[in-house]
Amino acid sequence: MSTRSDASRHLTRRLFVAFLLAAVVFLGAGAFLVFELHEGSRGVARTWFGHEIGGPFHLVDQDGRTVTDGDLRGRWLLVYFGYTHCPDACPTALNNIALTLRDLAAPLRGEIRPVFITIDPVRDTPQVMKNYVASFDAPILALTGRAAEVAQTAKEYRVYYEKHPEPGGDYSLDHSSLIYVMDPQGRFAASLDSEDSPAHMAQRLKQLIG
Amino acid sequence: MRISTLARFAFCLALTGVAAAPAGHADGSVAVVQPWARATPGMSQTGAVYLTLRSAHADRLVGAATPVAQSAELHEMEMAGMVMKMRPLAGVTIPAGRPVVFSPGGKHIMLMGLKAPLRPGETFPLTLTFAKAGQETVTVTVGKVGAMGPPAAQH
Repeated sequence: MSTRSDASRHLTRRLFVAFLLAAVVFLGAGAFLVFELHEGSRGVARTWFGHEIGGPFHLVDQDGRTVTDGDLRGRWLLVYFGYTHCPDACPTALNNIALTLRDLAAPLRGEIRPVFITIDPVRDTPQVMKNYVASFDAPILALTGRAAEVAQTAKEYRVYYEKHPEPGGDYSLDHSSLIYVMDPQGRFAASLDSEDSPAHMAQRLKQLIG
Repeated sequence: MRISTLARFAFCLALTGVAAAPAGHADGSVAVVQPWARATPGMSQTGAVYLTLRSAHADRLVGAATPVAQSAELHEMEMAGMVMKMRPLAGVTIPAGRPVVFSPGGKHIMLMGLKAPLRPGETFPLTLTFAKAGQETVTVTVGKVGAMGPPAAQH
């Protein structure tokens, strides 16, 4: 009797310890990822998770031309996911990108290409995207595409987004608001906080590229 | 839709006298400081107005309306980790003597269904409805696309 309950108590304790260990590992990995994504001054290209961000895509630019990830090799990319009905975060991010590029000297600026990818392809047609990015003082490549291809691209970049209905049948989208820095080989190099100051972003890019 | 409901609600409150003392514009009004909007990119029908509210007496902003858009909604943006979340607000409390700031990355009045793009330098009227002070109409100045502060504060 007592041996049996001892054994089961033992098992419970072991399970509890195992659970704790699993929780610690899980939280640790999460904290590591978050820390590296936000704090790594040299980017996360050489860390465990860096290679998992980004991947092949097949989208359409603002002039209706097909663009794949392979077409964009050879230059550094600043990739931002958003949507044109976004009233606050997206104009901030794209304007910050424009101001950051303005802060960089000409040869460096020419090595960087800003890319805006919509997570709302239903409303963001190539024409809508063209009009939208034309308002920012930077040569932004605007990408949209078929819903499934856009969703796949967002997944590859670990972009979280979720639709929220607004009164009157409209909707908004919650979304990750990071700027991904991809190197000329298409590998993830670092992420920038889209609300960071353009001066600081320019500094980070100089460190990464220069 | 939400705003007109709120406006009606505020109106009913005022009618039934629940909304405390009569507005009394001299001392009961809310100061609306530097209302501005960002120019809208392309043909975007969505815009955002930012401003600062000050009041000597506690009040509550319950709605907004403008002839340039189909609807105006109170919104709060917040970053949860690196995820941008935007939520409609039923109202915004204005504590007595403490300013409430609407600014990029925080609260804004979202304009939905803009009838024409907002261009830098333009102005338009915006009517705010307060639970106690009633309605106040202010003039909003349009700054640059993606601007982080009111037009006057820019170089």
